[in-house]
Amino acid sequence: MNNAIEKKLALTHFWVAFGAFALACLMGIYQVIERSGFIGWIQSREVYYASTSTHGVLMAFVLTTFFIMGFGYYVATTTLKLPVWNKTFAWAGFWVSLTGVVLAALPLLTGAASVLYTFYPPMQAHVLFYIGATLLVVGSWFWCVSMLVMYMQWKKANPDQPVPLAMFATTANAILWLWTSAGVAAEVLFQLIPWVLGWVDTIDAGLARTLFAWTLHPIVYFWLIPAYTAFYCLVPKQAGGYLFTDEMARAAFIVLVVFSLPIGFHHLYMDPEQGSGWKLLHAVGTFVVTLPTFITGFTVIASLEIAGRLNGGKGLFGWIGALPWTNPLVLAIILSLLMLIFGGFGGLINASYAMNAMIHNTAWVSGHFHLIFGGTTIIMYFGIAYYFWPVLTGKPLFSNNLALIQLWTWFIGMVILTTPWHILGLLGQPRRIDKVNYNNLLTLSWEPYEITMIFGGLVLVASAGLLIYILAKTQFHVTETYDGEVEYAEPIHEVKSLPAYLNSFSMWNWVIAGYMLIAFGYPIAQFFLMKTYGSSPWGY
Amino acid sequence: MHIDQLEKKWATIALGITGLFVSVILASAFFHGIHAPSHVETIDSASLHLSSEFAEDRIGIEEDASGHITVRIVAGRYGFYPQDIVLPTETPLTFRMVSQDVIHGVHIPMTNMSTMIVPGYVAEVKTVLHHAGAYPLLCNEYCGMGHAHMWNNIKVISKAQWDVLKHPQGDASHE
Repeated sequence: MNNAIEKKLALTHFWVAFGAFALACLMGIYQVIERSGFIGWIQSREVYYASTSTHGVLMAFVLTTFFIMGFGYYVATTTLKLPVWNKTFAWAGFWVSLTGVVLAALPLLTGAASVLYTFYPPMQAHVLFYIGATLLVVGSWFWCVSMLVMYMQWKKANPDQPVPLAMFATTANAILWLWTSAGVAAEVLFQLIPWVLGWVDTIDAGLARTLFAWTLHPIVYFWLIPAYTAFYCLVPKQAGGYLFTDEMARAAFIVLVVFSLPIGFHHLYMDPEQGSGWKLLHAVGTFVVTLPTFITGFTVIASLEIAGRLNGGKGLFGWIGALPWTNPLVLAIILSLLMLIFGGFGGLINASYAMNAMIHNTAWVSGHFHLIFGGTTIIMYFGIAYYFWPVLTGKPLFSNNLALIQLWTWFIGMVILTTPWHILGLLGQPRRIDKVNYNNLLTLSWEPYEITMIFGGLVLVASAGLLIYILAKTQFHVTETYDGEVEYAEPIHEVKSLPAYLNSFSMWNWVIAGYMLIAFGYPIAQFFLMKTYGSSPWGY
Repeated sequence: MHIDQLEKKWATIALGITGLFVSVILASAFFHGIHAPSHVETIDSASLHLSSEFAEDRIGIEEDASGHITVRIVAGRYGFYPQDIVLPTETPLTFRMVSQDVIHGVHIPMTNMSTMIVPGYVAEVKTVLHHAGAYPLLCNEYCGMGHAHMWNNIKVISKAQWDVLKHPQGDASHE
C-alpha cells in the first residue's frame, strides 16, 4: 500500500508536537531557575507566570494532542490497511488545531493570558486565549471523526472480525476524548467566552471548576493511551516476543475509558462547592481505574518476560538482562515502567480521599504529574518517535546510541527533578509560586531541594535538545534509505472471534452515559437549584 | 476468548488490593468521620464587608462555651485576614474561609488543614492541631502576580498556655 500521504500527515503532526515540546522545555529550565531565586537578574513574576502558562499549554495540550493525532492516523492506516479517510478533512483538522495554537500563543507569550493552563476563572485572560484553546480542541474532534469513520469502514468490510488491537485502542481513545472534552468545551462555550465578551457580567467559579474536573482526569488517559498502545502492540514485537493476551488488553482499554470519565472530583476533594458523598463516589471510581493499570503492568511485563526467555534469558530474573536494552522502544518501556511504579504510588496517595489533604496543591502535585506525564507517558512518545521516524522518513535512525543516551538522560533528569519536588511538597511548599517570600524558618529546609531540581532541569533540557537533534538529523541529513513498515505484536493465542462487548463500543457508550449522569448529573444541576453568586472578572 | 490462569489470579489480586484501599477509605469516612472539606454553602463574595459573618469586625476567632473555636478568615489578594492568629493545641477548630476576589487555596504545612477557597462559597474545615509552633498559612492556588506573597502567621500555643492567657490575639502574636 502506498501511504506516502499518511506518512506526511503523521510526520507533520509529530513535528508540531515535538516543536512545542522543545520550546516548552526551554521555558521549564527558565522556571526552575527563576523560582529558586538564586539568580537575581532573571527574577520576574510577569515573565514567570507567562512562561508557566505557556509551558503548561504547550506540554499538556499541544504536544499531546498533535502527537496523539499523528500516531492515530498512522496506526489506523497500518492496522486496518486502509487509506486515511478523506485526507482533506484530516488536514483541515490539523490546520484548525494549529490556528488555535497560534491564536492562543499570541496572548500567552505577551503575558495577556497568564492564567495558567487550567484557566480558573474569575481570573480572566484575553479572549484569543479561550478561542485558540477551543479551536485546538475542535481540530482534534476532526481526528476523532476520522478514527471513528475508519473503524466503521473496516467493521463493515470485516463483519464479526476482531478489530486489530492497536486500532481498538485508538478508537477507544477517540471516543474517550469526545466524552472528555465535552466538560471543558461546555465551560468555555457557555461560561468563559460569553463572560469574556461581556455578554454576561459574572461567572460561577464553582460550576466552572466542576466542568473543568469533568475533563481534568480522563484527559490524562487520552495522553496515556498511545503509550499503552505501544506497550501492548509495539513493544512485545520489538523485544522479540509476543503479546501475552489480547483479550485482557481490550478489557483494560474498556475499563480505562469507562472509569476514567466519572471520577474527576478527585481534583475537587478540597473544594467547598461539592458535597462529600459525591467526592466519595468519585474516590471509589478512582480506585477502580487503577485496575486496568495493574492489569497492564502484568500483561506487559509477562510479554517482556516471554521475549527475554525467547532471547535466551534464564532463571527468575535472567530474562530481564536478555531483553534488547539497545532497542530504543524497549529501553523506553523499561524506563517508563520504572517511573510508573513510583508515579503510581504517588497517585494512590493523591487519590486517597483523606491523605490528599496533606499534599493538595503542594509542590508534591507538580512533582507527581511531571513524573507520571513527563516521565512515564512522554518517554513512550520518544520511544514511538524513534520507532516511527525511519518508517515515516524512509531513512534509518541517525544514531541508535544517541537515542539510547537521550532516553537514559531523560529518565535520570526526571528522577533528579521530581524526587526533590515531591519532598518539597511534603515540606509544605505550595505549588505555582514564582519565588519564596515567606518569612518562616521552614523555607530554609526547601533550599537544597530547589538546587537539586535545577540539575534535574538541566539534564532534561539537554536530553530534549538531543531528541530534536536526532529526529532532525535523521530526516534531513541521513542519505541511506529504509523501507520497513510498523510491525504489530502478535498475541500468543490468536484471537479468532470476540464477544461484542470486547469488540465494539456501542454498549459501553451507554454505560458511560449512565455513569456520567449519576456522577455529574446532580453535582452540575445543583448550581441551578441553589442560590449562587457569580464573580465579576479579575485581572492578575 | 482466552484468559490465562495466571492472569485470572493476578486480576483477583489486583481487585483485592483495590478493594482493600477502598474499604479503608470508606471505613475512615463513615466510622471515623474523616471527610474532605465539603461544606456546600454559598455566599456573595462581592459583599463580604456587609455580611453578618465576614465583615471586618467579625473575622478572627470565636470561642464557644464548650471551648470549640471557630476561625473566620477572609482571603483576598494578597493576604489572609486577620494576618496574625493565635490558636491552642488539642482544641477542636473550625476554619470558615471565604474569598473576596479570585480562587485561592490554603494549607498549613505539616498539618491536615487544607482547603480550596472558591469565590461564592464558604470553605469549612474542621481539625485539631497537635504541635505548638509558628506556622505559616500559605496560599496554594495561583491567584495572580502576588500569589507567592500571600500568607499569614498562625501561632499555635499549648492548651495550658492558652487557658492562662485567654484569647491572646493581637499584640501577643508579635512578641
